[in-house]
Amino acid sequence: MATIEPIELIRSRIEEVDPADAREEIGDGVALVDTREQHEYDEAHLEGGTLVPPAELADRIAEVVPDRSQRVVLYCRSGDRSARAADLMESELGYEDVASMAGGIVAWQDAGYPVVAAQGMTKDQRMRYSRHTLLPEVGVEGQLKLLNAKVLLVGAGGLGSPAALYLAAAGIGTLGLVDDDEVDASNLQRQVIHATDRVGMPKTESAKLTIEHLNPDVDVVEHRTRLDADNILDIIEGYDMIVDGADNFPTRYLLNDASVRTRKPVVSASILAFDGQISTFVPYEGPCYRCLYPTPPPPELAPSCGAAGVLGVMAGVMGLLQANEVIKLAAGIGEPLIGRLLLYDSLGTRFTELKVKRDPECPICGPDAPEIPESEMGRFPDYDAFCAGAAVG
Amino acid sequence: MATVKIPPVLRAQTGGEAEVTADGVDVGEVLRALADIHPGTSEQLFSQDGELNRYVNVYLNDEDVRVLDGLDTAVAEGDTVVVLPAMAGGGSPWRPGRPGPVAA
Repeated sequence: MATIEPIELIRSRIEEVDPADAREEIGDGVALVDTREQHEYDEAHLEGGTLVPPAELADRIAEVVPDRSQRVVLYCRSGDRSARAADLMESELGYEDVASMAGGIVAWQDAGYPVVAAQGMTKDQRMRYSRHTLLPEVGVEGQLKLLNAKVLLVGAGGLGSPAALYLAAAGIGTLGLVDDDEVDASNLQRQVIHATDRVGMPKTESAKLTIEHLNPDVDVVEHRTRLDADNILDIIEGYDMIVDGADNFPTRYLLNDASVRTRKPVVSASILAFDGQISTFVPYEGPCYRCLYPTPPPPELAPSCGAAGVLGVMAGVMGLLQANEVIKLAAGIGEPLIGRLLLYDSLGTRFTELKVKRDPECPICGPDAPEIPESEMGRFPDYDAFCAGAAVG
Repeated sequence: MATVKIPPVLRAQTGGEAEVTADGVDVGEVLRALADIHPGTSEQLFSQDGELNRYVNVYLNDEDVRVLDGLDTAVAEGDTVVVLPAMAGGGSPWRPGRPGPVAA
């Protein structure tokens, strides 16, 4: 068994940088690695620092820093663990340019430099969200982003119910719910946020009760109304992104046009019978709803779930795919469904992915779309007429 | 021979079939072959002047034919043609007599 070498000996053969020098070079193509334990990292860490606990170094460092010639700065609490890690990386793991930050995060904070602290996260929250913060891709930083996110759900129905439940559980700080409907017994086969003893209750109120029971961290804002051209800008203004689970075309087109104007991402899904489709529309980064569907279909090609039926579980799958997109957008991780339309066939259990490109002739987000002056921002075409016109045309 | 994937709203016109195989050298021919087999699909797919209806998206494999050569897009043996109209369902009941934007 190898003896543990004195830290002084290790220090003498590795490079150490003091916090001021480390601060100079961090962010400049330098990989910053935190060689402490998860709970220490959760309390406070350097911005951009990726956690690799000492016991996992040999196994995990290559996934965090694949290029062994890249400059790496390590830090820990006081500089000892990071010194040992630097030594190991250079002597046994083949890394060429590793430094340890002398004095660790303690010296860094003594120098008055900022850290990412678990601000706003109570002890209860650290426990509640620990399975998120354990994920290196999310971490405390990602969870804080979720806690600060404001997400509007258009519709507290088949899609909105499962989406709202999981977004609430995930700790999305503010959830807005737009719905003017009341809970009906026929909803309960898929709208899992409601309950049997709430038939007749406004859906927003029922959803709020469930969410508050599940996670008191979430601020639920009820919008007990229908989205229309007069209220849409006021309603969406306070939110970072929108989950579209509307049951009709006028709302979908109106929401698209308003969200493009205000540059808010929309995670859009729709369901019918055994099939669902979902895409994420980020204005000007990818296509919008009108790029995908320039005009609504006629009524005979657009039956509702009430008329055609819908598999409740399939609605749940699609609503959770929407929640998954929201989490990624809010935390800034992964690869959202931008420019991709995902179809789900629940009978065959098959997913099909189609490419969606920005339409150069899109009247809303295309290069030739008219500039909207400030005074016209809240004026939208008559969507009932637009959709009705398409239906007979 | 190409496989045409039929969306749920058109399956009444294909006797419930979700996939239909049809012959053709380009997308237009394949869709017209589909319309020959299942005539009910014709007016849903094509306008009176024979063009694809604007509200129907058609993909060759995973690419929108609008960014390819439209109905003239060449189809190879084993290709998949996906017919896809927009869907609006959010999972709430249809409420006749209540036109206008209804969030659900």
